[in-house]
Amino acid sequence: MHAPHPLITAWFTDQGWSVHPHQRDMLARADDPATLLIAPTGGGKTMAGFLPTLSELADGTHEGLHTLYVSPLKALAADIKRNLRRPVEDMGLPIRIEDRTGDTSASRKKRQRADPPHILLTTPESLALLVSYEDAPRMFKGLRRIVVDEIHALGESKRGDQLMLALSAVQGMCPDLRRVGLSATVEDPAAIARTLARHPDPCEIVLADPGPDPDISMLEIAEPPPWSGGNAAYSIPAVLAQIKAHKTTLIFHNTRAQAEIFFHNLWLANEDSLPIGIHHGSLARAQREKVEAAMVRGDLRAIVCTGSLDLGIDWGNVDLVIQIGAPKNVKRLVQRIGRANHRYNAPSKALLVPANRFEVVECVAALQAVKAHDLDGEPRGTGPLDVLCQHILIRACAGPINPPALYREVTSVGAYSALSRAAFDDCFDFCATGGYALRAYDKWKRLQERTDGTWALRDPRAAQRIRMNIGTIQDTDTLKVRLQRARGGKPLGEVEESFAATLTPGDTFLIGGQIVRYERLREMTVEVTRRADKKPKVASYMGTRFATSTQLSQRILRLMQQPEWPELPSATAQWLALQRRVSQLPEPGRLLIESFAHDQYAHTVVYGFAGRNAQQTLGLLLSKRMEDLGYDPLGFVATDYATLFWGLKSVTDPQALMDPRALEHGLEDWLAGNTLIKRTFRASATIAGLIERNLPAQRKSGRQATFSSDILYDTLQKYDPDHLMLRITRQEAQRGLVDFGRIRNMLERTHGRIDFRPLPRVSPLAAPMFLEMGRVPIKGAAEERLLAAETERLMAAAGLT
Amino acid sequence: MSHYAFSFHGESLHALPSGALFWPAQSLLCVSDLHFGKAQRYATRGGGALPPYETHDTLLRLDHDIAETAPSCVICLGDSFDCLGASLDLDGSARDWVLRLQAGRRWIWIEGNHDPGPVDLGGTHVTQYASGPLTFRHIAAAQARGEISGHYHPKMTLDLKGRRLSRRCFALDSDRMILPAYGTYTGGLDVTAAPLGTLLGPQTLCILTGQTAQPVPRAR
Repeated sequence: MHAPHPLITAWFTDQGWSVHPHQRDMLARADDPATLLIAPTGGGKTMAGFLPTLSELADGTHEGLHTLYVSPLKALAADIKRNLRRPVEDMGLPIRIEDRTGDTSASRKKRQRADPPHILLTTPESLALLVSYEDAPRMFKGLRRIVVDEIHALGESKRGDQLMLALSAVQGMCPDLRRVGLSATVEDPAAIARTLARHPDPCEIVLADPGPDPDISMLEIAEPPPWSGGNAAYSIPAVLAQIKAHKTTLIFHNTRAQAEIFFHNLWLANEDSLPIGIHHGSLARAQREKVEAAMVRGDLRAIVCTGSLDLGIDWGNVDLVIQIGAPKNVKRLVQRIGRANHRYNAPSKALLVPANRFEVVECVAALQAVKAHDLDGEPRGTGPLDVLCQHILIRACAGPINPPALYREVTSVGAYSALSRAAFDDCFDFCATGGYALRAYDKWKRLQERTDGTWALRDPRAAQRIRMNIGTIQDTDTLKVRLQRARGGKPLGEVEESFAATLTPGDTFLIGGQIVRYERLREMTVEVTRRADKKPKVASYMGTRFATSTQLSQRILRLMQQPEWPELPSATAQWLALQRRVSQLPEPGRLLIESFAHDQYAHTVVYGFAGRNAQQTLGLLLSKRMEDLGYDPLGFVATDYATLFWGLKSVTDPQALMDPRALEHGLEDWLAGNTLIKRTFRASATIAGLIERNLPAQRKSGRQATFSSDILYDTLQKYDPDHLMLRITRQEAQRGLVDFGRIRNMLERTHGRIDFRPLPRVSPLAAPMFLEMGRVPIKGAAEERLLAAETERLMAAAGLT
Repeated sequence: MSHYAFSFHGESLHALPSGALFWPAQSLLCVSDLHFGKAQRYATRGGGALPPYETHDTLLRLDHDIAETAPSCVICLGDSFDCLGASLDLDGSARDWVLRLQAGRRWIWIEGNHDPGPVDLGGTHVTQYASGPLTFRHIAAAQARGEISGHYHPKMTLDLKGRRLSRRCFALDSDRMILPAYGTYTGGLDVTAAPLGTLLGPQTLCILTGQTAQPVPRAR
């Protein structure tokens, strides 16, 4: 048993605090190879992680690095630095604490490598970069502990896989390294523990008192929500009333676009001029920092925000969290709720605001799930190979590598423990030679075998290029937005390139809560002015959209089976009852397909409840099936629960339409040419090091020299269809944007049990889908026809024929 | 064939959907910016190993166009090789393929900024080539008239009812014509971007490549 150092105990006493039981537990397990702490927000989680470090460093004898702290956010590392330095100074402990992120200056970084602090706070990418240096063993010498904060957020992403691979390399330099993970509440702590520990080391899980259940309910609003849409404008007066009644309110949105629109509407109604700010990932850093600083000072009554505020930065006085729109995912909802009342043992207060009538059902299902502590999560599967490829290159930057030894090291990472030697060799071969069926790079291998059997970079200059491209975060193609001025005006934020492409000069859009006017595009920067002479014609940009989790979708389906719905507002209950009368409600083990004529077209609705991404992919696959079966489809639109098709002919044979083998085939065959797959390929090819995001500045040549990754994809499809990168792409298509795994689950769940309902008119459940955004016209022959028509029109308009 | 026929300095020319230009009166086929050996040059400079199939893929399309038009003369309009040494590094089968295509016809390599010297494959190597009213060179010259060039890899982006479509294209005004890049691993420069934007006159016509060659006026 380790008792806290007397200086620490004295400090706790001075503060009038006692050491929490889980903080004692963490001290007691200080010598374990791996420990995972699960604690609610505000439970003194970070202190629990650092107490053993402070105790061990208290006597001032340790030389060099002692503890490495890794968090998913740069801002969190900076925040922890502040919050840790204060007690350390108060306690009078001789401990040096520094952070090292993408924002740290080059000279400071250099000094840190020569003379590391006792505690270094960093991010997964910065750690991967450290591992790539030849002098890494010297820097990590003496390292005893690593603390991974917010590991639940990292554990579900490739950033987490990269971190754990980097850790395996650090562990090779410091065999006695002990690992600590700090996590918010999760559905499967054992899975995170396996991610954290060196395989097959055990990992004890310490559960802190989860505190009282949150006080969470739907916001009572007299007016029923609209049938469709996501901006929840009907809730503005009620939300303003809540802001007035509380000290500080966080108003979470699922997308940046929705946050912008809501913020705009909120200010239109904000007659008392309450100080309300906006914060999301597309705003310029200076803008975000301004809002964060105002928040810390307690100057703001509310912040409209997105996932950019999800993680545990301590904002102090938040006493209410409002979630606008269905939460899509129960676990994220619980973590957001935890942001209110950042005090141990006080219940968090949260309100849900459905944006439309279907979301009422989803919100009620989510409330039930929170009460039942039924959190959701998808099993993660084995470690992604694109991240492994990048890791192999990173290890090669640090010096010659020995493949069998590297394989052993990689399989000590939980996510890669089942990796076969053959799969590892494939990745290694890809890094060394490209791994093509045609052996074209014998002279120009990236990695070359040396006489002692180790492999090294053929060209040492490649190390710089590899280091410049470390990381697994994919930036979507975005353009910066600036105010127009002679020498580059104030940066406002970013919009997606595809959105920028739709703008014509004079169009207005919302960014950072202000309406700006598009003037022109100059050198990949969108230049705007504040001449907001009309209402924003274009509603901001798309942003990432989350799909409703499998567990929540299932709960919604079960909720729909109830004979009646006393827990639902009457407007929504009547809507469901009407659907039951004129058609039927979808059932968990069956697939409902409706068919009806409307507006001259035949319509088909497939209620797959597979989440937005999978329903979108189903739209692509089924439109091809419909074309083959002669139904002449014209377009489709997808939501989290259904896909609606329109076309010339009614579906007559739903079994043939949903034939699982044909759908599988379509994924391999037809979807292979789709943009979503190409985007998936680009992401993986970039991570694996085939495509470079960043090039050394002096190499930057004209734009015509760079060509699209789609060309590489098409070339591989044509000449090397079994290449590792295409296998990885197909693997990735099982989740994420394509999400074929959930289509497969849906087919297995319903197993050919189809409820086919030909109806005389639009069904109540289908009606809101006619108002959905994001209609997709069906590709194929149609595109060439559209192109021909457009070129003809332009020629005619120009007087050329 | 789904080509687009037009008149340029009194000559009737065909823009082929592949991006090649055919001059029936002279039985002359012209392609620009083949960039053979691009993947390999990328690798020699310490970049990743790109799929090494681009030379094969480019030759496949060139083979097809030659079979269709049976030209008595082929002009490669510069940057045929991604670097000067690339012709030496072509593997045996690619060399044989080029030699086969050259058999029985004139073959002219015009030098480009990537390949400013002779290559050790058959054919004639020149800096530019004139025939009747037309001059073929790699980079457009100021004040030139009746000029066919490449180098800039023109492409055009159209907005089709909210869907963006980007295609390689020919670009021509009354004085000059710029060919799209023919090589598989080539990117493009938008016809409205500098310096293409100012090099071409206000009445520029673009001919999109794809399934069929389609003319469209350049948007201002």
